Amino acid sequence: MNQLLKTCRRLANSGIILDRYGNNFRLRTPFSSEKLLLPFRRTLASVESSTNVSNIQPGPCLLFSEDENMLRDTVRKFSQSSIAPKVREMDEKGETDKEVISQLFSNGLMGLEVPVEYGGSGLTFTQACIVIEEIARVDPAVAVLVDVHNTVVNTAVRKWARPEQKKKWLTALATDTVGSFCLSEASSGSDAFALKTRAVDKGDHFVINGGKLWISNAMEAGLFIVFANVNPEKGHKGITAFVLDSKNPGLSIAKKEDKLGIRASSTCELVFQDAKVSKEDVLGEIGNGYKIAIESLNEGRIGIGAQMIGLAQGAMDIIFPYLHERKQFGSRIGDFQGVQFQYAQARVELEAARALVYNAARMNDAGISIRKEAAFAKYYSAQVAERIASKCIDLAGGMGFVKEFGLEKYYRDVKIGHIYEGTDNIQLQTIAKEMQRESGFDKK
Amino acid sequence: MSLVRLTLHLSRTTFGRHFDTGRFTKTSGSLLNRPCRFITSQADVADSWQPGPCLAFSEDERLLKDSVSKFAQSSIAPKVRTMDEKGEMDPTLIEELFANGLMGLQVPVEYGGSGLSFTQTCIAVEEISKVDPSVAALVDVHNTLVNTSLLKWANNYQKEKYFPMLCKDTVGSFCLSEASSGSDAFALKCRAVEKADHFVLDGSKMWISNSQEAGLFVVFANAAPEKGYKGITAFIVHRDTPGFSIPKIEDKLGIRSSSTCELLLEGVKVPKEDVLGPVGSGYKIAIESLNEGRIGISAQMTGLAQGALNIIFPYLHERKQFGQRIGDFQGVQFQYAEAMVKLEAARALLYNACRRNDAGFDIKKEAAIAKYFSAQAAEWIASKSIDWAGGMGFVKEFGLEKYYRDTKIGHIYEGTDNMQLQTIAKEMQKEYGFDLKSRHG
Repeated sequence: MNQLLKTCRRLANSGIILDRYGNNFRLRTPFSSEKLLLPFRRTLASVESSTNVSNIQPGPCLLFSEDENMLRDTVRKFSQSSIAPKVREMDEKGETDKEVISQLFSNGLMGLEVPVEYGGSGLTFTQACIVIEEIARVDPAVAVLVDVHNTVVNTAVRKWARPEQKKKWLTALATDTVGSFCLSEASSGSDAFALKTRAVDKGDHFVINGGKLWISNAMEAGLFIVFANVNPEKGHKGITAFVLDSKNPGLSIAKKEDKLGIRASSTCELVFQDAKVSKEDVLGEIGNGYKIAIESLNEGRIGIGAQMIGLAQGAMDIIFPYLHERKQFGSRIGDFQGVQFQYAQARVELEAARALVYNAARMNDAGISIRKEAAFAKYYSAQVAERIASKCIDLAGGMGFVKEFGLEKYYRDVKIGHIYEGTDNIQLQTIAKEMQRESGFDKK
Repeated sequence: MSLVRLTLHLSRTTFGRHFDTGRFTKTSGSLLNRPCRFITSQADVADSWQPGPCLAFSEDERLLKDSVSKFAQSSIAPKVRTMDEKGEMDPTLIEELFANGLMGLQVPVEYGGSGLSFTQTCIAVEEISKVDPSVAALVDVHNTLVNTSLLKWANNYQKEKYFPMLCKDTVGSFCLSEASSGSDAFALKCRAVEKADHFVLDGSKMWISNSQEAGLFVVFANAAPEKGYKGITAFIVHRDTPGFSIPKIEDKLGIRSSSTCELLLEGVKVPKEDVLGPVGSGYKIAIESLNEGRIGISAQMTGLAQGALNIIFPYLHERKQFGQRIGDFQGVQFQYAEAMVKLEAARALLYNACRRNDAGFDIKKEAAIAKYFSAQAAEWIASKSIDWAGGMGFVKEFGLEKYYRDTKIGHIYEGTDNMQLQTIAKEMQKEYGFDLKSRHG
């Protein structure tokens, strides 16, 4: 057992002592030099992203424990039996079946991380991602409903609500009330903090006026987390999170969008006209809403990553058996080597996306900050899922193009992955900024 | 940190692997012959293992990473350019690799090795590769191909005889490919004729890494061609054996300081005690060693990509155009962020495979995926890094162009890209029961 220590000491003693800042090296030469001296260049800032934290038990992120596998099997069976038969109809109508929703609740799929004492399932974040992945395999639209509800709404309440609020809201959210997260507006999408919805302090309550756009789950939700600015002079530091009931007279659904994909998941325009919210229904501190939004979206992004990898797998689940039934030129299509190389390539990318998602999920459970990892996971899995869904249709030929086969829906559903919970460009921007910050090159 | 805690960490990370018996026992966690509509990549975890974030590193691992990084900076970095120009590995550097325990990474301590896990081996290879992928190739082949095949297949006599050498001062080389058999490795023609107390080897090998520096060679030859690949046997050959020669050293595009040679065997006598593993099990040794070796190459490629980024990233924040640092133009930001995504994905695949291997699971598919993906990612990143550097990226002095040349081999050795894809496709078919064997019973 001493050998490692000896080896490391040997190695350490033979090295240069380098200047360290946090986990990374700081640039030692002045910025003015046009050309860097060769010996210095190699000691420069490392843009490595591997996180080093003590007390973490690292492990293979794509190996699952017995509990995790059992959960996966259970949700898979549920999705096959309760969701699969209704997918096409829900997509055509653009509505989530009410019975599916009540079954989601009764199977504990709507309070995944909510503690058991509030009626939840008390699972980990990784387990929540497993659930989302398995549902997305069958229907990415239902997966969205489950994902937004669990990883964004429930999480925000769990982290920011006071005990009496938790008792009231978490129990409802875990047992029978769908939640909705209302941040985006017509003039503020990526630039979320430029939101204009106003909340005016009236003594014992607030009055909210404004509008929200692109709000998921709005048709089904009973509980809405609404971000409004209490103090516009303070800029984003006036943004506050409020919890509204669907029965609030000042809240109305102005429009339901008719969409390309995830059609069963309702996406709506909301209007707030003098909506009264009691001061007890403020979530977290006044002026802290921007923080709640950012942190909820970090975890939410990993959830979208899980949805995307589930979607990709769902498309593969349909095409792969088909490739081994359909014959052309006397051979099963799946035996042509060129085709083999294509589906192997797809598998490689899917595995990489999965590794990023589950590494991020497990880091989150370990308490490590996952801002960057969440961005990697979401961005990459959306890219991969689109490539795979598209390729699967190509491989299926004509069958891939008809609704009856079930494949084309994945292609339509995947597009939103590049857009909601932070567009691709915003993910890239986040990653770039983290890279600069880690190396000490950020402007601050 | 206290020695006790370090010990606890060490025991947790190396738990699950036993090399004492000379045969490696694996927990078979692979899937199911049950008819399954879904492709999955999961397996039940053995009792002693916990799944976890593969990209979080334990304290031992971080310690190792830092140490190797410092070593690479101080001992390797100053020599990179000369070694590349000459196409030769510096002999003093090789001595230092040995002296710092980097050549017996997984060999048990009692033989003079460092007793580390496979994950830790890959960490070391990755760190070295950031500075010089060519030196990383030498270290990787020696550790993950040569040492590993002995760890799994050598008997006690061989271990006692060869491990001390391999850990202290003797480089190893792995000799499988021939002029007419690369991907189709089992079609090798090198012959081994059995005599009373020895074998006589005749034939030639091609593309053999480390041969200029090596003192020991694991040579694959067929002792029973009538049995096809089931006659292939592994032999441990000493450099100074009469009949063994190196007629040619290749002059290459990249990893130039890593010697790549043609070998000639003319009546080379190998005593029977130097047969590695049972006669006729060479194909198995080759396959299993290459599985782990692929993960090692993945570590090399990942390190290479990081090494390129380590050079370009600071440069992007010094160089100004149009009054702004190049690294602040949003279009450029999006490009290096994309590079980081690919690199992180490669790293996740790499360390998931490593840790899975340490946990005792089959890694054939994971190794192929990791190697294929990281070679692709590394080439993309190395290429892009030169683009971002402009003229500076094109000159040798800046150090960046070498990564671009070095990366190409990642698509080729230890199994070409197409072989990886083929392996993955076959595994996918098998998982579903669609493979031709299952169909025909």
